[in-house]
Amino acid sequence: MNPLSVVVRTVCDLFAWFMIVFGVNVLLHGYVTPGGGFQGGAIIATFTAFLLVAYGGKRVAARVNNKLFDLFEEIGLIVFFILAFLGFPITFFFNFMARPLAESASGILPGVGTVALMSAAVGLEVTGALSLIILTMHKGIRMFKVEPLEQETGHER
Amino acid sequence: MNWNDHLPALLLAIPLFGAFVAPVASPFGRTTRNALLASFSFLTLLVSLFLLRHTLTNGIAVYVMGGESFDLTLPLGMKLPVRIIMEVDAFSAFMAVCGSIASFAGALFSMNYMEKFTGLGRFVSLYFLLTVGMLGMMITGDMFNFFVFLEISSIASIGLIAFWRDRPEAVEASIKYMLISQVSSMVFLIAAGALYGKYNVLNMAAMGALIKPGTLEKLALVFLVGTLAMKCGAFPLHMWLPDAYAEAPSGVSCLLVAVSQASLYGLMRVCFSLYGVNLGGAFIPWAMIVMGLSSMFFGVAMAVVQHDIKRLIGYHSVSQVGYMLLGLGVGMLVLTDARGMAEYGFTAIKGGIFHIFNYTMYKALLFLAAGAVYYTTGKRDLNELGGLARRMPFTTGMFVIAAAAISGLPPFNGFVSKLLIYESAFAVHPALTVVALVTSVLTLASFVKVFQTAFLGPERSAFATVREVPTAMLFGMGVLTLAVLVATLFPSWTLSYLVEPAARALVDQAGYVGAVMGGGL
Amino acid sequence: MIANAPFLLVGLLFLGGMIAIFMEKNLVKIAIAISVIGSSVNLFLVALGYRNGGTVPIHYMAGENTVMVLPTPQAMTLTAIVIALATTALLLSLIMLVYRHYGTLDIDEIRRLRG
Repeated sequence: MNPLSVVVRTVCDLFAWFMIVFGVNVLLHGYVTPGGGFQGGAIIATFTAFLLVAYGGKRVAARVNNKLFDLFEEIGLIVFFILAFLGFPITFFFNFMARPLAESASGILPGVGTVALMSAAVGLEVTGALSLIILTMHKGIRMFKVEPLEQETGHER
Repeated sequence: MNWNDHLPALLLAIPLFGAFVAPVASPFGRTTRNALLASFSFLTLLVSLFLLRHTLTNGIAVYVMGGESFDLTLPLGMKLPVRIIMEVDAFSAFMAVCGSIASFAGALFSMNYMEKFTGLGRFVSLYFLLTVGMLGMMITGDMFNFFVFLEISSIASIGLIAFWRDRPEAVEASIKYMLISQVSSMVFLIAAGALYGKYNVLNMAAMGALIKPGTLEKLALVFLVGTLAMKCGAFPLHMWLPDAYAEAPSGVSCLLVAVSQASLYGLMRVCFSLYGVNLGGAFIPWAMIVMGLSSMFFGVAMAVVQHDIKRLIGYHSVSQVGYMLLGLGVGMLVLTDARGMAEYGFTAIKGGIFHIFNYTMYKALLFLAAGAVYYTTGKRDLNELGGLARRMPFTTGMFVIAAAAISGLPPFNGFVSKLLIYESAFAVHPALTVVALVTSVLTLASFVKVFQTAFLGPERSAFATVREVPTAMLFGMGVLTLAVLVATLFPSWTLSYLVEPAARALVDQAGYVGAVMGGGL
Repeated sequence: MIANAPFLLVGLLFLGGMIAIFMEKNLVKIAIAISVIGSSVNLFLVALGYRNGGTVPIHYMAGENTVMVLPTPQAMTLTAIVIALATTALLLSLIMLVYRHYGTLDIDEIRRLRG
């Protein structure tokens, strides 16, 4: 796709990073407000979509590295699994950091425990996954010859 | 910490960890990825065998995810269970063993079969996710959790069926499967939501204790039975099954067979343990018997005329599912009638459950043998194959064993389970047995045709350089052959030690409910 | 009657989606119909949880009101939305591949697997 006009590009420059901050806000406060991992991750992934629409596929493919989003996805999944596994001697997924309601809401880590951390891990994973989906589906359109694609060679037709 | 108590969670955690680690480990080379695939599948098989042994000796195993103790289902004296609870009785553990054997065999087979493809890190990840979805469906005790695992396995199988992405038929088969599967899953969610709205519990055991006959329950039962019968491939909604099984890579077809058995497990759980005595008359059992008969007959009638070897085996899948529905439907018909249950109902349920085990083993073996033929010759059409027996002796031998088992030839295991189903169906109405016998004869006919055409006969000149398949693939097929031979040579041991506790656990609704509702502070 | 309005809407949306799946020829329209069915089921789940006069089911945001709406259907809906997202992404990717192979999106012409 070709880049859109200079108005759209300027708005993108102004607002794209704000969207990431807003998404991270929604993600981290998921245990008290409507929000959480998936919603925050989806908002952050619209950053990629916005870039793609405003700047066109060729420039985005040249500057954005797919390995970054791969890394987000893998780190998110592995952190989630490790947090679930740490409760193991008692049960799988046990919330070993939780405190009862009366003495919570103090300090950096609130009494919610692993729920908030797992939510953050899920948000990281969703960001990576959704961005990868958008970038790969755009590359698959093959209408504007952004870059050559490999041919699958497993068998004869 | 007693490892035996945590086995249900380990059964899900090990393949899930494999799925999450596979994209990280696969850039390190082919050997790492193959080692990951083989070792985690083997560990899953070991855990499921230990779980079966634990359940047979200690009764129903309950596991509360994230609770203070692994069997604290009702904390602080609450009246309804809290948290997602896994509930493993003898039937669940039996099916988990079937599924793990199929997954291990498919994993070993795929190590060499997929070597010419790209994107194999994601393939291993999807394969493990499909295993997690299948095992989760088999051991969970919660309606919405069942829906989540059903969707995980359906999404993973959509991705795996379309894995040969430059073959148009594979993509078409995957889209056909996805359209019908999505609509069914939405219908399942409506039924689960409706039952939740009325009873305010999602746990299957608690719902089984609270459920009363009524209009909403009948409607929900129809929706649930319709969805789960679609996922098994029963008659009116079986169109996706031959296409999907034929176009998937063979190791994946082997696992998809076990996944459809997990949906059959769900159907049995809903009818026997969730509804049980509140099933509301003979309509649903008769509906299942009729669906079973039509699947049997139409499946085999379409199979006889096929000339693509994997599509033929796929149509036979439809007809074999009909046998299981027939056996379990007859058992459901006399669920509340003690005399009928003692005479023929319990035999029918034993036949149905034993047939599930036999079917998973021999059908997976048939798919792997067909895949081996395709791997060496590159052809799937029976018109172009011929004379492979001299070049591929092991594959031919295993194909003969599987074909004899599926046709119900004595002394193989297929004969034992089919005989139990014939006996009990005869007591309901003789016409049922007649249809089942005709189907068995037609099955034998079509497999004689396949064996003669593909393996016997003069050797074709195009196949002069064909050799036997690599060792890992032979080992994968050997695992399944071993399972078939164990059930063949020791049928009474298998029936009394594995199938009968499973059948007894299935009809015992009170025990299923009591394991969760009685486990509080 | 007015309290049943969400459920009537659920029924209408589900019916509309099913009719569209059966009658439409274009694959993208069928994908949109599946999305509509998913939305109707999500609406059903959220509407189940409402209690009269209820408020947000979070302890310290509820105020003096003691009747809260049920939080479990909200969790169920969230899970169903995520699942529908994954399926829609897969469905659209497969539709792109079908277009690349067959050259058409008409479902009557995508029939190489027959019989």
